Amino acid sequence: MSTAPPDFLVHDERDAVGVVVVEDIATDQSLEGWVMDTDQTLSITVNDPIPLGHKFALRDISDGEAVIKYGENIGRAVADIPKGNHVHVHNLKTNKW
Amino acid sequence: MSDLHFFGYRRENGRVGIRNHVVILPLDDLSNAACEAVANNIKGTLALPHHYGRLQFGEDLELHFRTLIGAGANPNVAAVVVIGIEPGWTARVVDGIAQTGKPVQGFAIEQHGDIETIASASRAAKNFLQAASELRREKCPIEDLWVSHKCGESDTTSGMGANPTVGNFIDKTDAMGVTNCFGETSEITGAEHLCRERAATKEIGDKWFATWQAYMDEVIEPNKTSDLSESQPTKGNIEGGLTTIEEKAMGNLQKIGKNARYIDVLAPAEAPEKGPGLYFMDTSSAAAECVTLQAAGGFAVHIFPTGQGNIIGNPIEPVIKVTANPRTVRTMGEHVDLDVSGLLRREMNLDQAGDALIDMVIRTCNGRLTAAEALGHREFVMTKLYRSA
Repeated sequence: MSTAPPDFLVHDERDAVGVVVVEDIATDQSLEGWVMDTDQTLSITVNDPIPLGHKFALRDISDGEAVIKYGENIGRAVADIPKGNHVHVHNLKTNKW
Repeated sequence: MSDLHFFGYRRENGRVGIRNHVVILPLDDLSNAACEAVANNIKGTLALPHHYGRLQFGEDLELHFRTLIGAGANPNVAAVVVIGIEPGWTARVVDGIAQTGKPVQGFAIEQHGDIETIASASRAAKNFLQAASELRREKCPIEDLWVSHKCGESDTTSGMGANPTVGNFIDKTDAMGVTNCFGETSEITGAEHLCRERAATKEIGDKWFATWQAYMDEVIEPNKTSDLSESQPTKGNIEGGLTTIEEKAMGNLQKIGKNARYIDVLAPAEAPEKGPGLYFMDTSSAAAECVTLQAAGGFAVHIFPTGQGNIIGNPIEPVIKVTANPRTVRTMGEHVDLDVSGLLRREMNLDQAGDALIDMVIRTCNGRLTAAEALGHREFVMTKLYRSA
C-alpha cells in the first residue's frame, strides 16, 4: 500500500468513467489513476477542471451510448463526450425517466 | 476477531442496549409540551417530541403506534413515561411497551390539565431515572448486537470508500451472528435487479421486489411531477458528483457487501423475528425518517456512511458517521466518527477499513459518545403514510 496516492479511481475495468479523488484538478492536467478491481494504473489528461468526486470520460463516448460505472449501466449519454471531458448532469441522464 | 464482545445493558426481554435512557414519550403532538416540561424537571430524562398522533387511521395509525411502541421498547431505553391527550391510545402505547417487561407508566391530560399531569409524570420519571442509574453494563457476546445502516449526503466517495467499508463490516459481522439491517426502498431504484438477487432465497427476493414495486406504484408514480431529478439524486449528491439515480443506487448497495444475503423484508418499524442475519426494512431514504424506523425496529446502533457530510443523529440509537471524503473530513470533521479517506489515497485497504469500523462500533457500544450525540443531534421523525382524517 505504499504506491503514490492516485488522482482518480476506477471501480471496474469495464467502466467508461473515472472519479477524481483529489481537489483542484485543472484543465489539461495529466492524472494518474487506479483501477480498484484489477489494481492497474492508468494515465489520462483531462479537458475540463474536475471537482473532487466528479467523473470524466476514460474514452470517447457517443451520444445515446450507455455509460458504464461499477461495471453497470448508470445512464445514457445525451451528447458526444470526448475522452477526458467532465461527465455529469449536462451530458449524462438516467435511463429511468 | 472471533471473540468479540461489548458491554451493554441486558433488558428484561433479553435484548441488549448500549445506552440507558429514561424516555418521556408523547403519544401526540399536543402532549409535546408536557413531555418537555417533565424532561426539564427531571434532568437526565429524554423527551421525544414529534408532530403527529391525532386523527390518523388505518395503516398510517398502525405505523404510528408501532413506531412509538418500538421506540419505547428499544433496548437503549431503560424505562418510559408516556403522556397523551386522552387515555385510550395512551394505554395502547403503554401496553405495547410493557410487553417487553420494562417499567412504563402512562398519563392522560384530559380531566387533569398540563400542570397536574406534569407533576404526576415527573414523580414517575424521577423514580424511573433513579432505578435506571443503578443498572450496570455487563459483558455481552457480539451476537447480541443489532446494527442498522443507512447512508446520506452521498457522493462518489461514498460508493468508493465509506459504503464499501460498511459492506466489509456487514460481511464480517454477518458471519459472526450479528443482526444487521439496511433500508431506503426508493434509493435502490436503478439497482433493483441487483438487490433482488441478494436475497437468501427466491421467495425473499420476490417479497423484496414486491415491496420496491409497491413503493414505486403507490408513492413515487402518483406524486412525481416530471421525474425525480430534483430529489433523486439530491442537490447535495449532484454537488458531490453523482449524476443519476442508477449511479447512486449502485453506490448505495456497496453497503451490503459482497457475501451477506438478506433473510427477510421488514415493514417500516417492524422488529426482525428470524434470528441473526441481514434484514431489509421498507423505509424512506430521508435520513431521520429511516433511522427513526430502524430504532423502532429495535436496532441499538446505527452506521451512517456519508460523502458530503450528513449531520443526522437519533435520540435513542447512536449514529456513527463514516466518510471517505477528505474535504468533508477537513471542513466538517466534528461530525465524523471514522475517517476512511485513506482508502482513496491507497493508504489502507477495505479489510483494514472494515476492521477500523468494527472497532469504532465496539467503542460506541461500550459508551463512547458519537459525534452526533456530543453535538446534540436528536432527530426523531415519524413516517406518515398519508393525510389524517
